Amino acid sequence: MPPLTPPKSGDALFASVDRVNAELFTLTYGAMVRQLLTDLEEVEEVNKQLDQMGYNIGTRLVDEFLAKSNVSRCVDFKETADVIAKLGFKMFLGVTANVTNWDAEGTSCSFVLEDNPLVDFVELPDTCQGLQYCNVLSGVIRGALEMVSMKTEVTWVRDMLRGDDAYEMRVKLIKQVPEEYPYKDDD
Amino acid sequence: MQFFSGSSLTSVAPEATPAPAAPPGTGTGANAQVLYVFNRNGVCLLYREWHRPLRTLDATQDHKLMFGLLYSLRSFTAKIDPTTAEKGNLGVPLLPGQGCSFYSFKTNTYKLNFMESPSGIKLILITHPRTGDQRDSLKHIYNLYVEYVVKNPLYAPGGPIKCELFNKHLDQMLWNVCVDT
Repeated sequence: MPPLTPPKSGDALFASVDRVNAELFTLTYGAMVRQLLTDLEEVEEVNKQLDQMGYNIGTRLVDEFLAKSNVSRCVDFKETADVIAKLGFKMFLGVTANVTNWDAEGTSCSFVLEDNPLVDFVELPDTCQGLQYCNVLSGVIRGALEMVSMKTEVTWVRDMLRGDDAYEMRVKLIKQVPEEYPYKDDD
Repeated sequence: MQFFSGSSLTSVAPEATPAPAAPPGTGTGANAQVLYVFNRNGVCLLYREWHRPLRTLDATQDHKLMFGLLYSLRSFTAKIDPTTAEKGNLGVPLLPGQGCSFYSFKTNTYKLNFMESPSGIKLILITHPRTGDQRDSLKHIYNLYVEYVVKNPLYAPGGPIKCELFNKHLDQMLWNVCVDT
């Protein structure tokens, strides 16, 4: 039986995908948020829209991640969190996150990002203090995990744009949703 | 006959799009006979055939049968696995990727190769019975799916795949599937 290829490491993954200029990425994202603010005007609406966009991205992103990284199904949520922090963030953003603050049941943890390519050169003006600038990231994680049968809730705890010292998002696993047989039996 | 729910816009079963029969190959080409791609909700995203002499059921029944067969087989093979300690009851649905993963079965007339990603995408490739292990080919097909379908902004997730580039690369790749004697 031929050996199955083992999962790649974070650096090897990062080297194997196509990369784009970091400044271009940051400025494009910034322009998009700026345009959303102009179109929607309400900061809460922009937050929701960013989350929705992230969700749509996440549902597609997960297939690319699974195809390129060769990881098999994670046994529990702890392993999932490690894979996201070390391989997922590295592959798509080029930075690794740290997983901390596990709660007692192991269903809730925090991802701490020291540096975040989305927010380079960004300052929040006083009129937008409620804006979750990186909300697209929480949508991506929520969308991606939903495609692998985990319903989660993702919130931002610390945000450097608001004066904290790092970016921290809290991911809570609500439940695992196994697929059901989709057809009715009376046929 | 029940129509399964899948894509939200059109609740009609996606039509089977048989590819034109592959030209009779000289050499080792055209061992791949039929390909199905299903998503986690049972929607058949793609059905392609290169060589299928007998068709017994209509397309929807065929897809349902195939999906049902694999769903049950996967559940069954995971439950009778002698190497894992813990087994749930037979009726408990499994998460995609959980449990041991069966990857092919062979009969005297054909071999069915199967791969499922943790996101629930199932690839089924039916080939000549003496074809070798196709897990790498299936992995390659999954990579093609990511490149040309997932990354395609005009593709609606959960809907049938109608992408010429994907079909073309698929045909090219499967032309090289060899018989392993």
